[in-house]
Amino acid sequence: MGPCAGAPVMSLLEVRNLRKNFGGLAVTDDVSLNLAKGDRVALIGPNGAGKTTFVNLVTGQLKPHAGSVHLDGEDITAASPSRRVQAGLVRSFQVTRLFSEMTPEEHVALALLQKQGRSGRVFGDYRGMPAVMAETHEILALLNLDGIAQQPANSIAYGQQRLLEIALVMALRPKVLLLDEPAAGVPGSDTMLIERALERLPGDLAVLMIDHDMDFVFRFARRVVVLAAGAIIFDGTPAEVSRDPRVREAYLGSYADDRSQA
Amino acid sequence: MSDMPVNSVTTRSWQRTALGDFWAVAAVALVAGALFLLFPTNLALLTRIIAVMLLVLSLDLVTGFSGVATLGHATLFGAGAYAAGIFAARFGVTDPLLMLAIGAVAGALAGAVTSLVILRGHGLSQLVLSIAVVSLAHEAANKLSAWTGGSDGLSGIAPSPLFGLFRFDLFGRTAFFMAVGLLLVVFVVLRIVVRSPFGMLCRGIKQDPVRVRAMGAPVYFTLVKMYAIAGAVAGLGGALSAIATKVVGLDSLSFTTSAEALVMLVVGGTGKLFGALVGTLVFVWFEDRVSAINPFHWLTIIGVLLIGVVLFAPKGLVGAAESLWARVRGRRS
Repeated sequence: MGPCAGAPVMSLLEVRNLRKNFGGLAVTDDVSLNLAKGDRVALIGPNGAGKTTFVNLVTGQLKPHAGSVHLDGEDITAASPSRRVQAGLVRSFQVTRLFSEMTPEEHVALALLQKQGRSGRVFGDYRGMPAVMAETHEILALLNLDGIAQQPANSIAYGQQRLLEIALVMALRPKVLLLDEPAAGVPGSDTMLIERALERLPGDLAVLMIDHDMDFVFRFARRVVVLAAGAIIFDGTPAEVSRDPRVREAYLGSYADDRSQA
Repeated sequence: MSDMPVNSVTTRSWQRTALGDFWAVAAVALVAGALFLLFPTNLALLTRIIAVMLLVLSLDLVTGFSGVATLGHATLFGAGAYAAGIFAARFGVTDPLLMLAIGAVAGALAGAVTSLVILRGHGLSQLVLSIAVVSLAHEAANKLSAWTGGSDGLSGIAPSPLFGLFRFDLFGRTAFFMAVGLLLVVFVVLRIVVRSPFGMLCRGIKQDPVRVRAMGAPVYFTLVKMYAIAGAVAGLGGALSAIATKVVGLDSLSFTTSAEALVMLVVGGTGKLFGALVGTLVFVWFEDRVSAINPFHWLTIIGVLLIGVVLFAPKGLVGAAESLWARVRGRRS
């Protein structure tokens, strides 16, 4: 990046030379990745490529052997997972993790209170806090969940649970969002709902989505990163990725052939 | 979206919770009043029931609301009882309200300290750690007989009149009224606590601690804090029992008491404050009646009651009443 090139492109998330070995095996092998404001990046790769390990390193569930992670200019390599969330690095889960007996309204309100540093208060009911209520229902309405705001999470449809997962992470007001297979397990007809929800994410948010569903990824992402055997083998546009011979070899295989024939 | 509907929803549910609190307190006070009129010679038993209710409410906070498995909860009850008793018998602190405060503080400290051990485990190992904690506390109280009276119990507790006006009479009226007042205050405070953001966070931890961590909220510290609050409640129960009975025995700090408290909670229904109250009342009352009728086989009858509840009302008596009520309402509308 040259000097004096107008406003500097500020990386929200900067991963530098991250390395993790399990035994002798390099599961994450010198991975560097930058995400800027508004980025919509998809991280794909065959099973065992190290996607989950990478997510766990970035969110702090695992400690790297080398390299560093920076969020908005701050080195967070040593920070605990919850400290990273408080700083604005939020993840969603591939397997739905919700509070089964709590309502969508309670989920979102609790996340908002947590973001405001008020989740430790032993008095006061969020239903009596007009600002929290208004914000909660704004988020629920955005994801079309306001009709079921009062039902326990274990009684709503699976697709709605996935939407609630997105509502929950939105309420944490992240700067960088890691979406781990947001449409996993959702029947094809409902994938549209998830897609539409993701389109409504705030424009200045940096999103890294990990997924297998190619069509989904290609519609969502403006940039695709391919991980294979722990290393990044491709970083470019969705249009280029299916033409890249190394990616075809490592991952897309027959799928890319099908696609070009169609 | 305009602000109007949200604001009206807010006020409406706000009024509804306030009204709910009012009716809940009224119901408890009404039952207490009725029992007072029906059994004027049984006030000592009723006061003991209220002391145990505080223990079971406390257990409900950590087990029913926060998902911590424990068979050692009497530790906190005993800490409150012995602290209030020792201060009264050895240092002459005989004001009943001061004794209650001492019990609450001792219980809260015991809760915070023992939780550091108990929260190290999960599931079965957590249960075992909690049993170890109560056994150690029991043995310590037994060995420190210069302070605690050991297996003879701690005697010489002579609480001064309540507010300097009401002496603790032979019939146990003062103790009963103080107990009911204390229970009502604790009940309202706990209703506020379990509805608060902190209470929601604890329920969240019970249902999925990983998700709570991913929200950036502390799991361990939140549970320690809940343990301290629960300890204060159980400690109040212990101090109440010391004031009312004027003795503290080793059984207040025992595994048996801990296990019984858990049984009472299950009978009434976990995760509901009313469950703790109903479970204790039914269990202790039933135990008292049945043991008077049949002193030899009363434990068997208690066992049958338990099996019945677990089989036919797995959510406890209050849970069963709630589903019945929901069904009746559903049919009406």
